[in-house]
Amino acid sequence: MITPHFPILQVVLPLIAAPVMVLARRGTLAWLLAVAVSWAGLYISLALLAQVADGGVISYAIGNWPPPWGIEYRIDRVNAFLLVLVSLIAAVVVVYSRASIGAEVPREQQYLFYAMYALCLAGLLGIAATGDAFNLFVFLEISSLSTYVLIAMGRDRRALMASYQYLIMGTIGATFYVIGVGLLYLMTGTLNMADMAARLQDVTEVRPVLAALAFITVGVCLKLALFPLHVWLPNAYAYAPSAVTAFLAATATKVSVYVLLRFYFSVFGASAVFAALPMGKILLLLSLAAMFIASAIAIFQADLKRLFAYSSVAQIGYITLGISFDSVTGLTAGIVHLFNHALTKGALFMLLGCIALRLGGVRFDNIRGIARVMPVTSFGIVLGGLSLIGVPATVGFVSKWYLVLAALESGQWWIALAIVLSSLLAVIYVWRFVEAAYFREPDPGIVKLKEAPLEMLVPAWLMIAGCIYFGLDASLTVDGASQAAATLLQGIR
Amino acid sequence: MKDYLVLRVVSKLLISLMILFGLYVQFHGDFGPGGGFQAGVIIAAAIIFYGIIYGLPAARAVVPSGLVEIMIASGVLIYAGVGVAGLLLGGNYLDYFVLDRDPVAGQHRGIFWVEIGVLITVAGVMLKIFYMFAGRGGDNRDDA
Repeated sequence: MITPHFPILQVVLPLIAAPVMVLARRGTLAWLLAVAVSWAGLYISLALLAQVADGGVISYAIGNWPPPWGIEYRIDRVNAFLLVLVSLIAAVVVVYSRASIGAEVPREQQYLFYAMYALCLAGLLGIAATGDAFNLFVFLEISSLSTYVLIAMGRDRRALMASYQYLIMGTIGATFYVIGVGLLYLMTGTLNMADMAARLQDVTEVRPVLAALAFITVGVCLKLALFPLHVWLPNAYAYAPSAVTAFLAATATKVSVYVLLRFYFSVFGASAVFAALPMGKILLLLSLAAMFIASAIAIFQADLKRLFAYSSVAQIGYITLGISFDSVTGLTAGIVHLFNHALTKGALFMLLGCIALRLGGVRFDNIRGIARVMPVTSFGIVLGGLSLIGVPATVGFVSKWYLVLAALESGQWWIALAIVLSSLLAVIYVWRFVEAAYFREPDPGIVKLKEAPLEMLVPAWLMIAGCIYFGLDASLTVDGASQAAATLLQGIR
Repeated sequence: MKDYLVLRVVSKLLISLMILFGLYVQFHGDFGPGGGFQAGVIIAAAIIFYGIIYGLPAARAVVPSGLVEIMIASGVLIYAGVGVAGLLLGGNYLDYFVLDRDPVAGQHRGIFWVEIGVLITVAGVMLKIFYMFAGRGGDNRDDA
């Protein structure tokens, strides 16, 4: 009886939990509630994925107003895959967050932290679940506004500046998105994405539609931190509380990538974007720039969190590179990397949070010899780093394998070469950690430290284990991604 | 500013009218321009006006900070609760048709409570912003 309502419950459970947490005013109570809704959300998302596994579509009419008049939640294999990803990361990070947030956020603010976390989760899940372009904007704002607060809760006072910078950039992005949606509404008279796609076929005046495409592309690319629109990301990731960085790095940019995919393939149509316009070439160029320039910048960072933040910009380049091929293999590579990078980066930032808990920060000068006192954490970071490089038996290899396949399939062997070359840059920055943690004499202050508590290590290592498991047996993730890619490409051409 | 007789008298006259007007905007929102957001802002403005004339502590005595936080959360909860009520009565989320035997009356009932929720949250957020800005720097001077 409750199953038909899963699409809305997925979004509304954390949304209702947030004000309840504020009323409860207790950190522990709020945390328990956050755990409950996160794990319920994971169950719901898995049930939804199972329901659409045969290629069906679930349509849910909010307020019983039939689409396209009312707001429609529309679950297909693409966003069901994303819902599982976001819910999974949320469920793991929330368990981890108690100890981490306990140390990094003042006690009297902790219940507000979990309320913001629940709102952010509701926003991200809402973006993924909705089939309404304006409703998507609303959830984009819910997730963004709560993200600004979450980042500003960082211990470092620079977190405020980072949050403000992201607020400006994020608002520009959301505004551009809504201008684009406004133009589309002007031309089609509808906000329902499926309806919009059908009506766009009959639109003869293409100039406003092109403007809409441009606005939505730039707006969404700001949110997903495509090079060179990434400038907000390194500071935001570096100064946010560790649990927030892990959560955002694994979900926020990924959800924005989904928005881009949805608009390119399900609303505008792949032929309008990639055949009639040079969007593929533009994306390709920016992706390559991200892969090389951001990786190169990452090498020179003095702070590990900033290093991996720049690495995130580079990894987003791999995702958009996959999209730019406009082929089943390319999209599969992009979507599977969405999942794989979320696992890898989530795990890495969680482990960095373990070090930050003991050490107060993760600058290279401070972590010398950390592997001797925190061997489990350090080894996890090394494994995560190997996955970033793309070593076989890790998820990073699976992504890059499909990316190289897609590049060869499109006959551009030099891109395959670029993928391998940019991975070498990842070797350098991961090696910097290995050198500092394993081959340097520890400072006297470090020797006294203990390993991080289990309640942080277990969730983080669960993600590392996922990196290895899905690296050895990629059938589950690659099947999900290739089905999602096929669904996207089935859309109007 | 509470030493100014004119301001004090005029503010006392105006504040009750402002709140009344806010309620009018709230409940007339069905038929004319208005609704929960505008009404929430107007009612919060009445309290803020009171705070400007009589000082922040006086405003805090009328609407304490703790109450403001409860308002912010409970408004959202009322809004979401209407949606859940629709679910429990066998409809979809935010389905107002099932809230009454007569679907039109159900629509009225649904939007009535939703707008109440909006009013409470918007008024709460407005007051929270005012309290936070006005309370900065620890200057609790009565004439602030």
